[in-house]
Amino acid sequence: MQRIGVFVCHCGTNIAGTVDVAAVSEALKNEPGVVYSTNYQYMCSQAGQDIIKNAIAEHGLTGIVVCSCSPRMHEATFRKTAAAAGLNSYMVEIANIREQCSWVHKDMKTGTEKAIILGKAAVAKVNLNAPLTPGESPVTKRALVIGGGIAGIQTALDIADAGFPVDIVETKPTIGGKMAQLDKTFPTLDCAACILTPKMVDVAQNDKIRIFSYSEVTDVKGFVGNFDVTIKRRARYVKEDVCTGCGACTEKCPQKKIPNEFNLGMDNRRAIYIPFAQAVPKVATIDLDHCNMLKNGKCGVCAKVCAAGAIDYNAKDEYIEEKYGAIVAATGFNPISMDKFDEFAYSQSKDVITSLEFERLTNAAGPTGGKLLRPSDGEHPRTIVFVQCVGSRCDSCAQKGKEYCSKICCMYTAKHAMLTRDKYPDTDVYVFYIDVRTPGKNFDEFYRRAVEEYGVHYIKGMVGKVSPEGGKLMVQASDLIDNKQLRIEADLVVLAAAIEPDRSARPLATMLTASMDTNDFFTEAHPKLRPVESPTAGVFLSGTCQGPKDIPETVAQAGAAASKVIGLLAKDKLMGNPCVAHSDENMCNGCSTCENVCPYGAITYEEKEFRMPDRTTRIRRVARVNEAVCQGCGCCTVACMSGAMNLKGFKNEQILAEVDAICR
Amino acid sequence: MADNKKLKEDVLAISGVNVRKCMKCGKCSGTCPSYGEMEYHPHQFVSMVESGDIEKLMQSESIYKCLSCMACVERCPRGVEPGKLVEAIRLISIRRKDANRLTPDRISELLDEDMPQQALVTAFRKYTK
Repeated sequence: MQRIGVFVCHCGTNIAGTVDVAAVSEALKNEPGVVYSTNYQYMCSQAGQDIIKNAIAEHGLTGIVVCSCSPRMHEATFRKTAAAAGLNSYMVEIANIREQCSWVHKDMKTGTEKAIILGKAAVAKVNLNAPLTPGESPVTKRALVIGGGIAGIQTALDIADAGFPVDIVETKPTIGGKMAQLDKTFPTLDCAACILTPKMVDVAQNDKIRIFSYSEVTDVKGFVGNFDVTIKRRARYVKEDVCTGCGACTEKCPQKKIPNEFNLGMDNRRAIYIPFAQAVPKVATIDLDHCNMLKNGKCGVCAKVCAAGAIDYNAKDEYIEEKYGAIVAATGFNPISMDKFDEFAYSQSKDVITSLEFERLTNAAGPTGGKLLRPSDGEHPRTIVFVQCVGSRCDSCAQKGKEYCSKICCMYTAKHAMLTRDKYPDTDVYVFYIDVRTPGKNFDEFYRRAVEEYGVHYIKGMVGKVSPEGGKLMVQASDLIDNKQLRIEADLVVLAAAIEPDRSARPLATMLTASMDTNDFFTEAHPKLRPVESPTAGVFLSGTCQGPKDIPETVAQAGAAASKVIGLLAKDKLMGNPCVAHSDENMCNGCSTCENVCPYGAITYEEKEFRMPDRTTRIRRVARVNEAVCQGCGCCTVACMSGAMNLKGFKNEQILAEVDAICR
Repeated sequence: MADNKKLKEDVLAISGVNVRKCMKCGKCSGTCPSYGEMEYHPHQFVSMVESGDIEKLMQSESIYKCLSCMACVERCPRGVEPGKLVEAIRLISIRRKDANRLTPDRISELLDEDMPQQALVTAFRKYTK
């Protein structure tokens, strides 16, 4: 028989406001096995933990129940408390009477009743708990960073700086990401390339970092400290280690009319190309879809002009397998498609562009050499209208756009407007805004400079319609402060399109068993206290794949993710989870159902000799769980038809005892 | 005040609009083709209904200037549907005693060769109880 102690927490008024905590501790005194029951204001505080430790010693407790917040919050805390008092950590049960009780009930009577029931269930479970000891597993001291934008670059550099090897997997032919496409950065207006490209070079020259560009992760197996990852290296038909990046091939290739992704299709590139001058790795890539030689076997010009002999038309996709201790997702973002926003005439006029396209139009390495020219006729625009919040902050019932604020648009639009007025004082610049959001160091000062020093017309209101009329763009909008409807004849309209996570994030999350929100942003383990960790152990988050953020925030988060990775890789061994599946071989009928449902491949079958009651022996096929691989998800215990499979710490009997206690 | 509260409830019930969703961006008024004809504009309809200022709207000619083209409904990023508010206020207005906007004896003066009969039918549907 267990000797159980019950500890009910007030959590200030969080619990005590809707639950009569004294009544709960009184009621649970009478439960089978309970020898001690009390309540305290903050159980998780040092004083509260001391109450638990003292009670364990004084009353010789063999199991404890803490009625408090969610086990995700403080289970680890109370397990440590119990261990410090000499009790096995797994003899601790948490009854969640906060998130699932006091916070959802308004009435003290129902709240108290439910808290007592939840407490009874936890007591019933502890009665059947057995001490468990976690196993240990080794840590592979290498990290994988998925995504080579500024987030992935910074994370990789920081991890490498601590002495651990890192691999970056990037789907594009070069690292650099969105930041490489930007012209200047707010609020200091330093040139994006000037601050990014040195970091790209650092990555290339760091002997701890390997770059797998033009590659993608296709499979992830294993668990924290021991991930087995398959990386597909797409054939680029150019030998990476031979190509010198001289660019001769990219000048001679006869396929000239392929939209250049780097400049968002505003100019053309060849079928063999280097995305931009500072690309890392600086090697050419052949675009399989447009190369005549690869498609029809007719051409071969690039091979002829390549002095280094780097062209290899027979290259094949390669798959490499590597082990990692930690994985960082840094998959980044894209602007949303403007297809559903017909009112802004994006698809009808070349002179309606997105803000990212505007960046390329003002960049010295862009399609116009940095001169702001209208895409339709190459003329200098005199009147420019910027529209904010295009597709951001939309209600779900509007069935287009995103519900969240994209966060970066207010600032980059202020930057665009300011730089335009600075370079071309003869232009009229209008910005239509709903709210100007500038929380950030020196951000509001920056926005005010755009208005006060540069004379940008900020108008509180929204553009309702853009119609192309005789080479101009008629912009119809509201001015809410003046209570007017405006009609502006514009030469160029720039849409601050909402941003969304990259499409590769969703399948990656599935491979990593990492959770996502409804917008496909990765979810963090705790929104405030564990912002760079995924709930899946060993998976970390860096940059905009977790939510919209600007460059300073991205770099800060990238460093934070790196520090978490370093903390993990610095360990020699990891304590495993002892709550793993276990098969009773006497009951196992060898049906293989558990093996088929196991998402981790932790179950194998073996032939085993059994002694029968009549003293003969028989060979039977039974399941065996690899405890180092099992993650304790419990799929097998549900699937097992003979009831042989059980999860330690969550045995079928324990769960039924909980249900019985609730229904009693 | 009590009356205004009742009026607001009626407008919300008839229109099915949730005015609290409005983020005051003004896209409805940026869209409206009848903006210049109106004393109160689409975004004002939303905020006036929210503050219970409905009697003023009922007295205004603006409710008959709205073309019911529903461009504001289509474009609203928050799904607020200002056009439906206008319709609801118009309905409440004409449902009052002797408040029909169009009476049958006015038809002869409205008739001309260019006027499609359908327009009259629609007008009756919209302007009479």
